[in-house]
This record gives sequence, C-alpha cells and structure tokens, in this order.
Amino acid sequence: MNSAPRTATSGAPRATPPGSASAKGPGGPGGGGRARWSPFRTDPAVPPWIFVVPALAVYAVVVLYPSVAGVVYAFTDWSGVGSFSFVGVDNFRTLLDDRRALESVGNTLLLTVAVVVVQNGIGLLLALGVHANIRSRALLRVIFFAPAVVSPVMVAFLWKYVYNPEGGAGLNGVLGALGLGGLRQDWLGDPSLALWSVAAMVIWQYAGYSMVIFLAGLQGVPAELHEAATIDGAGAWQRFRYVTWPLLAPALTINLMLSTIGGLKLFDQVYAATNGGPGTASETLSTVLYKEAFVYGKFGYSTAVALVLALFVAAVSLVQLRYLRAREVTA
Amino acid sequence: MSAATPVRPGASEPSARGAGRRRRLPRSGRYLLELVMAAAAVAFLFPVYALVSMAMKDPRQIAESPLAPPAPPTLANFGDAWSSASLGPALVNSTVITVASLLLLIVLGSTGAYYLARRARGLGYGLYVLFLLGIVLPFQLGMIPLYKLVDSLGWLGTYQGMVLFYTGIQLPFTVFLYTGFIRALPQDYAQAALIDGCDHRQAFTRVVFPLLRPITGTVIILNAVFIWNDFFTPLLYLGGSDKETVPVGIFSFVGQYVSDYGLVFAGLVLAALPVLLVFLLLQRYVIKGFAGGLKG
Repeated sequence: MNSAPRTATSGAPRATPPGSASAKGPGGPGGGGRARWSPFRTDPAVPPWIFVVPALAVYAVVVLYPSVAGVVYAFTDWSGVGSFSFVGVDNFRTLLDDRRALESVGNTLLLTVAVVVVQNGIGLLLALGVHANIRSRALLRVIFFAPAVVSPVMVAFLWKYVYNPEGGAGLNGVLGALGLGGLRQDWLGDPSLALWSVAAMVIWQYAGYSMVIFLAGLQGVPAELHEAATIDGAGAWQRFRYVTWPLLAPALTINLMLSTIGGLKLFDQVYAATNGGPGTASETLSTVLYKEAFVYGKFGYSTAVALVLALFVAAVSLVQLRYLRAREVTA
Repeated sequence: MSAATPVRPGASEPSARGAGRRRRLPRSGRYLLELVMAAAAVAFLFPVYALVSMAMKDPRQIAESPLAPPAPPTLANFGDAWSSASLGPALVNSTVITVASLLLLIVLGSTGAYYLARRARGLGYGLYVLFLLGIVLPFQLGMIPLYKLVDSLGWLGTYQGMVLFYTGIQLPFTVFLYTGFIRALPQDYAQAALIDGCDHRQAFTRVVFPLLRPITGTVIILNAVFIWNDFFTPLLYLGGSDKETVPVGIFSFVGQYVSDYGLVFAGLVLAALPVLLVFLLLQRYVIKGFAGGLKG
C-alpha cells in the first residue's frame, strides 16, 4: 500500500507530532498520528458515527442477517413455510448421498478450472497482442471487451443457437463450410460435452475482461526494463519470462480471483443454456441449490448446499490471496 | 499492490505516463501480428454476426441459408420483437431499478466510507472489516432468508424490493472502493471547512464529495453493469410481475418463442443495444473502470 499521501498531510493540523502513535494500534491503515484511541472517543475532526449508520443498516438487513440465518437454516428441515426443527448435520449427510449434488460439486470445480485456465490464458495472449504497436489495437480492445458488458443470459441464448445441433446452422454449419463436417457435435445435448460447451461460452464472454486487467498490468511495465534486458541480450521469450511476467503478478492475482469466484458461483449461463442438463451433466452448485429451494421446496437442504458453496469460495479466496501475493514484485 | 488494495486518486487518470511505452516491433512482425489479431477478432465476432444476420432474416431464409447474410434483409422482426417481448416496459423497469440503486449506493457508500476512512481505528476498523466480509460471502448463502424477508414485507414484484437488494448486496464493494480512495485523499480540505464553521454534513457535501468524482465514476460503471445485467434475483423477485427487468423479460420471451429464431434474435439485439451503445460512447471510462476497479 502506498502511504505517501497520508503521511504527508494527515498529522499537520494536530498538536501531536505525526507518527508518534502510528506504530501502535490494531494495524488499521489510514488516519495515522493519533496519540491514543478508545472505541468511542470523539475527535472533532472525525465525522460522527451517524455517517455510517444508514449503510450499516442496509448491509445488516440485506447481507448480515440473511447470511447468519442461512447458516442456521442449513441445520434444519425447513420447507419454506411453517415451522421447522433442527436436524443437526442431516442435510450434509444427505448431500454426501445425493448423486446429483455430488456431481454438481465435481462439475462446478471442473467448470471453474477450465474457465480460469483458458480464460486467463486467452486474456493474456489478447493483452500481449493488443499491447503491441499494431494499428487496430483500440478497435480490438473494444471488440474483445464488449461481450463482458452484455447480460450473461442473453449471451447464453446467443450461444444456444451457435451450439445448434442441426448440421447447417451455427458452429456446426461453420465446421461444415470449412470442410470439417466430421467434427459436428450436439454441443449442449451430448452429456460428455455440455459442461465444456458452457465453459467455452463463459470464456468467450469474459476473456476480454481478463484482457483489460492484464493490459493495465502491461502498461505498468517500464519500457526501460525491456530496453535494458534487450541490451543484455535477452530474446523476446526471455524478456517476457523474466521482465513482464513477474511484474504482471498483481494483474494475475486479480484475474485469478475474479474468474475463480465467478466460476464457482456460475448460474445464469448454465440455467439459460442447459438448466443443468442433459440429465445432470452440467448441474452446478448454484443450479442445484436453486432447484432444491424453488422447485422442490427443500429450503433447509438448499441452504446447506449454499453453505458448501460459501466455504468453497472463502477457502479459494484465502488460499489464492496468500500464495499469489507472495510472488508479487514491483517495478 | 494486490486485489485488496483499492484504487487511489491518481489511478483514474490516463495511465502510462512514460512507463509502459509500447515497444516497436519490426515491420514484418507487426503486419503478421496485425493479421493474427484480425483473424482472432473475426472468429470472436462470429456469434455476433449470427445474431445480427438472423435477426434480419425471415423464417424461409433461416431455414434455407442459416449462415449466409440476409438477402434481402428485413427489419420486420424488430418491431414484432419489441412488442412481444414487452421491451419498452422492461427497459423502463431496468432503468428505474438501476438508477435508484446507484443513487442509494453512492449516498450510503460514500458517507459510510467517509466515516470508516477517517475513523480507521477501533470501532471504525471493526466495521470496515465487517463490510469487507460481504465481498467474500456469496449471496446464495443468504438468498432464501432474504427472499422470505422481502416476501413478508410484501415487496416481491416491486421496485423497492430490488433496489433494497442491490443497495445491500453491492454496498461492501462500494464502501471498499470509496474507503480506499478517501484514505489517500488529504484531510486538509475538510478540516479547513470545519474550522471555517461548516458542520460535518456541509464539509462532506460541499468539500469532500466533489473530490470523490473519479471513484464515483468507477462505482457507477461497475455497479450499473452488474445491476443492469443481473438475472438470478430479479427472476426470483420479479418473475411474472409487470416489473420484470430486461434480462428476465428476455428470458420469458425466449422461452415463449424459442423456435422463431428471427424474432428471438431481433429481441436479443434490441435488448443488448442500449448497454452496447452506452459502452461504445463511454468505452474509455468503462474499460478503465473494469481494469482499475480492483487494482492497486
């Protein structure tokens, strides 16, 4: 964290010399240079707590209370109406016997890995291409990013046509026209392909998003470093491997986090394109917990599945943050 | 620099001052790259070509030559799609919900963050961490209790139910962006205003808030794209009502006319057009917002 603006200005109007107390305290950044603190001390320069009350109230109603209630319901047999009783870990035991739920865990993980790897790989290649001094780079940047601002449901419907099983239309039509008719598939109808077809359309939509984050990272790589490396005799690959790549670490961290969390929570595209089918071939945690609640009325069980999803997301975020931050360097 | 480091004031200015100058490729390499990228763009755009060309074909053309460009192109599908997908009302609903949610997010997010940024110890720090928790929690965890709560308020199928949802669910991220920005902002201006006799509310509205313009832009862009395109919750809250947003309206429209590709695709084009137009007009800011929203 860059603390320059803070230390340069924050302490100025106060009597206490800045920095005298900044080494103490709970490590909260910002604010620096206060002599002492207590939870309810009123400093005339600090805005009154009423400033945070409206935000806190809405946050508590919409996020905090429902999340806590969700954790509680995960241990009940609630059906959405009427009373319920606590059933301990029964819902989780059911989950371990529920073939569809287990399959959805596997599908969610496979889908996430595929999306994370391919989307970021393509995003990086696009970013490197668009970062070079080619004439069409501004246009290309807009083209590749545009799908990211469109509703995922609409993208799913568009791709449903692209994946049309009929021979002459969509992707199959293109394959036929290119003389590759043998590769024609029932992309969404074939249980062994459906999940990967969904992954491909997610990647199509968000590769440009990864690209712009990598691009911002590339723009932060000083040209002098490349020049110095060139003078030292480094080739293009070596310059990428030893100069660009380490400096892209922050962009990579953000991209991996965003695409992993997005992949784990994926719902709209699956729901609109396959609704988890054929059979359970493309069922994900999000589609299962949706159906358990709103189709089968098993609200308690559904929140148990949601809790599993929440634990996955939390675990992945923490692990990624820890390992990826460790390899970040600055120019 | 990391995902947990918010944007600083300078980060919204045009980047790459001096740093990151584009390296020159030899001419032959440049043409080759230009060609490769153009080919990638063409492949990438194929679904868009299919979308637009299908929207301009009648059923006979679609059956006979699904891949060829429309000859002659027809615009009849667009009029039909506009009325059968009820796109007019859906656009109004999406606009009302998005704008109202954005206003609340800006007001609540900036004032809350102002307190959290200036009161960075003790209670303020604890509350900040509490807000950050909301970024990691998947909303599915609280989805059902919240649905029941909105239902008991009688707010299913209403604007206020959706606006409450979006304000709450996007507040953690909004507070995070604002807090990071405010922390890096000099305190002198607000303090000068206080010394000159302003109260805290005046100091905030007249002095601090105008300084937040760059991050407010980022807050608007990232939240607007999310809210406008969101599908899951509006499907639960608004499905079947007359307040359906564009994605929900399109979902039921496609379900109804699934076999009529020309009509469905014309509907998709019309539904995507407003967002794409705004994106093209503001592309520099939108891309910057997405690229820098979580960047340190």
